[in-house]
Amino acid sequence: MKLRQGLLAGVTLLYGRRRRRLERERRAEQGRADAEQGRADAEQGRADAEQARAGAEQAGAGQVGAGQAQEAASAAGDGGGGGARTPARIVPPGLPDRRAEYLVVALLALAMLFAVGFIVVYAEYSPAEMPNQLLGVCMGGALGFAALALAVFGRRLVVTEEIEEDYPQENPREQSEIAQLLHESASRITRRRLLLGAGAATGGVLGLAGLTPVLSLGPLWDTAPLDYSPWHRGRRLVDPHGYPLLASEVEEETFYTAFAEGADREDIASVLVVVRLHPSELRLPEGREGWAPYGILAYSKICTHAGCAVALYRKPRFPVVEAKPALVCPCHYSTFNPATGASVIFGPAGRPLPQLPLMIDPSGHLRAAGDFSGRVGPAWWGVREGPPT
Amino acid sequence: MSDPGRDGRDPIQFIDERTAAAPLLKKALRYLFPDHWSFLLGEIALYSFIVLIATGVYLALFFEPSLAKTVYHGPYAPLRGREMSEAYKSVVEMSLTYKAGLLMRQTHHWAADVFMASIVLHLMRVFFTGAYRKPRELTWLIGLALLFTSLLEGYLGYSLVDDLLSGIGLAIGYGVLLSVPLVGGPLGVLLFGAAFPGKGVFESRMYIAHVFIIPALLATLIGAHLALVMARHHTQFKRDARHTQRRLVGVPMFPGQAPRSLALMLAVAAVLFLLGGLVQINPIWQWGPFEPWLGTNGAQPDWYLGWLIGALRLMPSFDVVIGHYTVIPNPFWGGVAFPLVVLAVLAAFPWVERRLTGDRTVHNLADRPRQAPNRTAFGVAFLSWIFLVFVFGAADRLYVLFGVSYETLLTVFRVAIWVVPALAFLIVRRLCRELQHADRVEHERELAEQEAARQEAELMRRREPVI
Repeated sequence: MKLRQGLLAGVTLLYGRRRRRLERERRAEQGRADAEQGRADAEQGRADAEQARAGAEQAGAGQVGAGQAQEAASAAGDGGGGGARTPARIVPPGLPDRRAEYLVVALLALAMLFAVGFIVVYAEYSPAEMPNQLLGVCMGGALGFAALALAVFGRRLVVTEEIEEDYPQENPREQSEIAQLLHESASRITRRRLLLGAGAATGGVLGLAGLTPVLSLGPLWDTAPLDYSPWHRGRRLVDPHGYPLLASEVEEETFYTAFAEGADREDIASVLVVVRLHPSELRLPEGREGWAPYGILAYSKICTHAGCAVALYRKPRFPVVEAKPALVCPCHYSTFNPATGASVIFGPAGRPLPQLPLMIDPSGHLRAAGDFSGRVGPAWWGVREGPPT
Repeated sequence: MSDPGRDGRDPIQFIDERTAAAPLLKKALRYLFPDHWSFLLGEIALYSFIVLIATGVYLALFFEPSLAKTVYHGPYAPLRGREMSEAYKSVVEMSLTYKAGLLMRQTHHWAADVFMASIVLHLMRVFFTGAYRKPRELTWLIGLALLFTSLLEGYLGYSLVDDLLSGIGLAIGYGVLLSVPLVGGPLGVLLFGAAFPGKGVFESRMYIAHVFIIPALLATLIGAHLALVMARHHTQFKRDARHTQRRLVGVPMFPGQAPRSLALMLAVAAVLFLLGGLVQINPIWQWGPFEPWLGTNGAQPDWYLGWLIGALRLMPSFDVVIGHYTVIPNPFWGGVAFPLVVLAVLAAFPWVERRLTGDRTVHNLADRPRQAPNRTAFGVAFLSWIFLVFVFGAADRLYVLFGVSYETLLTVFRVAIWVVPALAFLIVRRLCRELQHADRVEHERELAEQEAARQEAELMRRREPVI
C-alpha cells in the first residue's frame, strides 16, 4: 500500500499538469452536462440551450477559467431549468469588467475632446491661416479614439460567441415548382413564339424611342468636327501672347508654341510647335519642298498617339555624339524627328506629327502656306491619312 | 411581450407590429461572420466608399462644373491674375480659401486611392482562396463590375478639376476613346460635342456622371454584392473539424461582430482623415490650369491608372492601317484591349477553372493558396504581368531614381512582362507543392506523436493496477 501511494504521488508530481488539465476538462464536461439538463427542461428549445453549451465550452476552453465554467454552465442550466419563469439565455453570460468599462468611457472622452478640438480649430483660425494638419489630426483623432473605444468594447465587454449553423442549401422543390408555374401559366397560349417575339420587338423599339433624346447631346455619327482645321494659305502664326511671329525671331536649339491668328487657342488644330534646324539637315518627305523657309518648321503640337501636347524638345548638348534634335511627348514618350517631317523615331505613336507648310511674308512674319499634311491629334477608325481633301 | 400598454414606447414592438420584421431582424442580428482578418478587406472598401460619399457631398457644394473662363483673384499669389476655368478656380478656392475645404478634398482623394487598393486586395484574397467558386460566381462578377466602375469613377473625379495634370489625363482618355474601332470617332464627337477639348459641354456631363450616375450604379452594385454574400454566407477556412462544407462556424453580427465592424469603419475614417490632414495629395494649385497646348514632364496619374499608362507606353509604334485609312489606332491596345483582356480573364476564370478541373461541386470552404497550386501559380503570374506593366507606367520616374535610360527600361520590360510571369508560374507552382508536401509530413508527424502519447497513456493505465 505504501509503495503504491508513493508511486502515485510521484506520478501525480510528474503528470500533475496533465492531471490538472484532465480535471479541468472533467469539470467543464460536468458544466456541459448541467447545460444539457437545462436544455432538456427548457421550453424555449434547442437553439437557446446550444448557446448555453457554447458558453460552457468557451469557459471550459480556459478563457474564463474552470471555476467560472461551472458557474456559467450552471447559470445557463438554471436559466434553462426555469424556462417558464425567465427564457433561456441567447447570449452566454460573462463576467463584468469594470476596468474595461472605464477604459471605454475614457476613450470616448478623448474622442469627444478631439471632436471639440476640431470645432475650436475651425472657429479660431482665419481661412488663410487654417492649419490643415491640425484639422486632420483632430478629426482623425476623434474618429480614431472612437474606433479604439469600440474595439475595447467589442473585445472585453461583449461576449464573443462562436456559433455553428448550416450553410443555406439549394431548393430543388421550389425550383421545379417555379418551372411548373411558368409552364402551366403558358399552357393556354398557342402562338407562344409569336407573342414573345412581338413583346420583345415592342420592348426594343420602345427602349430605342426612350433613348433617342440622348442624341441631343451631340451630332450622331459625325466625325466632321474632328477634321476641322483653322489653317489656310496666308494665315499668320501668333505666339501665346497673340503677337505675330517674326521669322527672324525663331532661333535654333529651342522650340516655340504658335497659334493660328484669331483662332481659339483651345482648338487643338490651331496649336503648333515651331523649331528651326539648319537647312542642310532637313530630309523632309517628297513634295514638301519649300515648306520650311530658312529651316523653320511648324508641326501640330498635339501628339498623334493620345492627344497630349508635345511639350519637350530634345536639344543635343554635343551634337556630334548625341542623338539628333527631337520633339518628345511627355505622356508616353513618343518621339518625333523634326528634320524628317516629324517621323516617329521612338515611342508608341503610329504616325508622324502633321506638318504645316510655312512661308514668310514681306514684313518678315511667318504665315501658313496651306493646311496640315495630315489629320491633327489622335486617330480614329476610318480617318484618312495624308493631306485633307 | 406584446403588451398594449407599452405600445409606442418599446421600439422593437413598435417596429414589429408595423412591419412584422422581427423574425428577419433576429436572423440578421444573428448572421454569422467567419473570423479571419482577410475577410475585412472588402469591409475597408465599403467604409472608404462611405467616406467618399460623405466628403464628396461636401465637395459638390463648392465645386463649379463649368469650363467658362474666369480670372483668379484669390490669396494664392502665383495664380493671381491667371485666366482659368470656373471649375479649376472653384477647386483652388475650396482648397485655399474655404475653411476645412482642403481637408475634405484631400481626404476624398485619399479615400479614392484606399478604396481602389482595398478592392484590389479583396479581389486577390477572394481569388487565391478560391472563394469565387460555386455558389459565389455572381458575387465575383459583380465585384469585377464594381472594380472597373470604380476605376472610371476615380478617373472622372480627378479629371473634373481641370488642372494641368487632370487635363492631360483627359486628353489621353479622349485619345483612347477615339481609338475604339468603328464607334470611337463618332462617340468622341457625341460626348465632347466637338474635337477635344470640345466647347465645354463635357465638363457638366462628366460632373453628373461622377456625382450621380456612377455613384448610384456603384451603390446598387454594392447592395447586390452584399445581398449575394448574405444569401450564401462567407466562405470559411477549415481551422478544425467543426468547419465543413455544410456547416458554418462564425461570430454572430450582434453582439459579437457589430462593435468590431463599427470600430473598423471608424478606424478607416480616422486613417483617411489623418492622411487628408497630414499627407498632401494632388496640390492642384501647383499644377496650374489646363490648356491643350501645355504639357509637363514626369506627370503620373493616381496609382490605379498606372497599369493603363504603362500599357500605352509599352506598345510598339504602329497603327493598323489599310491603304490611307487608319483602322485601329495605337492607344486601343493599351487603353482598351489590355484592361478588357484582364477583365475577361478574371470574369471567365471560375468557369474556365471548372472546365479544366471538372470540379462542379459547391465550395464553402476557402482554400489555402497552396491547396490549389495551379490556380495560385496562374494568379501570381497574371498579377505579375499586370504589375510589371504598372511599374513601367512610372518608367520615367525609374529613370530619375536609378539612372537607367528609358530606352533600356522599355526593352527590358517588353521582355520581362512575358518572361517573369512564366517563371512566376513555375516557381509558385513548385512552392505550393513543396508546402503541401511539408504539410503532409507535419501532419504525419503529429499523428505519430498522438499515437505515441496514446500508447504511453495506455501503458500507464495498464501499469497502475499492477502497482
